Amino acid sequence: MSEILDLGAREIARAVSAKKTSALEVAEAALERAQARDGAVGAYLTITADVAREQARRVDARIAEGASLFLAGVPVAIKDNMCLAGTRTTAASKILGEWIAPYTATAVQRLLDAGAIPVGKANLDEFAMGSSCENSALGVTHNPWDLARVPGGSSGGSVAAVAAGMATFALGSDTGGSIREPAAFCGVVGFKPTYGRVSRYGLIAFASSLDQIGPIAKSIVDCALVYEIIAGADPADATTVAREVEPALGALREDLKGVRVGIVREFDLASLESDVRAVYEQAYRDLERLGAELVDVELPTADYGVATYYLIAPAECSSNLARFDGMRYGLRVEKADVGATYEATRAAGFGDEVKRRILIGTYALSSGYYDAYYVRAQKARTLIAADFEKAFERCDVIACPAASSPAFEFNAKSDPVSMYLMDYYTIPMSLAGLPSLSVPCGYVTPAGSTNPLPLGLELTAPLFAERPLLGIAHAYERGTLHAEKHTPPVCHPERSERMRAESKGEPAL
Amino acid sequence: MPGEIDVPYVAKLARVALSAAEIERFGAQLGALLEHVEALQKLPIENVAATAQVVPSVNVMRDDVEQPCLPRDVVLEAAPQREGSYFRVPRILGEPG
Repeated sequence: MSEILDLGAREIARAVSAKKTSALEVAEAALERAQARDGAVGAYLTITADVAREQARRVDARIAEGASLFLAGVPVAIKDNMCLAGTRTTAASKILGEWIAPYTATAVQRLLDAGAIPVGKANLDEFAMGSSCENSALGVTHNPWDLARVPGGSSGGSVAAVAAGMATFALGSDTGGSIREPAAFCGVVGFKPTYGRVSRYGLIAFASSLDQIGPIAKSIVDCALVYEIIAGADPADATTVAREVEPALGALREDLKGVRVGIVREFDLASLESDVRAVYEQAYRDLERLGAELVDVELPTADYGVATYYLIAPAECSSNLARFDGMRYGLRVEKADVGATYEATRAAGFGDEVKRRILIGTYALSSGYYDAYYVRAQKARTLIAADFEKAFERCDVIACPAASSPAFEFNAKSDPVSMYLMDYYTIPMSLAGLPSLSVPCGYVTPAGSTNPLPLGLELTAPLFAERPLLGIAHAYERGTLHAEKHTPPVCHPERSERMRAESKGEPAL
Repeated sequence: MPGEIDVPYVAKLARVALSAAEIERFGAQLGALLEHVEALQKLPIENVAATAQVVPSVNVMRDDVEQPCLPRDVVLEAAPQREGSYFRVPRILGEPG
């Protein structure tokens, strides 16, 4: 029965719809597999077994009534910063450690309406702030390709669940790269749609002008399917755009004839390790082989992306996280007066990275510094977006690395700025609000290791050009088949045991 | 301009209690970040408009009709302290008398 879990979302939904199997059988198989594999991986903070079974029975009943559901019985992992009514929703923070969501996020509800089965709530960096998942206050997630390495972040649990075959697809959220960088680290596809395409209602806010929910899956086809289901205007989120969502599945192409792919002059591959560089050089050649024309484009302000982002995102975070005051929900540490209660609650409830970002954001917004930091960063953002606009006069998509290295080992990036630079290739696109994805593009094997580690190619398109973006990514994926060359060892039980024995032990939280 | 953040003052604004060790550690780390963002001073930003959001929308309205809200009991379930159908919170005004 567990073989069905290795099929794509469409195949599972077809099998369930044709009553070759039931949603309940698929749900039981997914729960069993999570039981078997998640001890090693740690992708889930909560396994939602009751919700999964209840939803599966509902789906089977609807199928029996003749309903047609695009995600009938398809197991999904939901990043734990999205609300699912009646389940613990934590943002991987102690301040929300025991909070039960009283309502369901719009994107999650659309998946449930389409028949998907929520297997669990996936780990993340606390409040989605991080690039390795190491900032989770509630659990450690290991990279399924090498348990001694991080899965990337912040959607680390979501990508690890998909890579380890514990969910057919996942929802992640991306503020500066939190879907694309971990997808690259775990060898899956991660897709951030245009800002405003997917409702943020029920997504615990980090930086509201940047946050965007998107799908993570093993293929572009599955990402396109999920995107079509979750995208679209929502009265509960005034920033969603009232634009038609063009069906992407029908536009998936098999070659790249007539496509102009922009290669960014400032993203010099010479700065990468030679083995990583060789993978990306091959990726660019593959794009050409498939019929694309490579054109040089310039993004002179992209180099300012990280600096711009680390003023804007913390400023918005300091404002959004002001709501965690211990009064109406979440943790409260009672002190003599209300001010001391606020301060003690937030001191005990937030981890280091969240505190750092609240502090930097508060500083950047404080009297006397607002213009010098926050407004200047917003103006830099205008320049970055304008650079992309100019570049897209010459090309249909931009190709570049999703990250400068494969997944790194735990505790490898101890100073915050070196961690922030992990998002060098993803942040500029986020600031410009562009649709952007990471698709597997090859492997490197670090010295002294036998495990290949995946790398991701980032493809980015103009605002609202999801349809051509997914089409082009599909042609690249089908023309290279990197994801089919290797499987994470954790998907082979006997190898997984050996890996656990060889792994350097549990990293400290 | 960069380098020095009065961490205790900013922490007070942000309503986070910090230990002496945290003040020292965060002070150094935030200083390093400010050095990094100092690069923005080099950008020519005169006459550039600030971008708050890349897909701008203005005055999104809905009809002024009642909408269902969350059930009171479900919401109060999450309260750190409640009293009947109220949130119980610390006193915010001075002692009476």
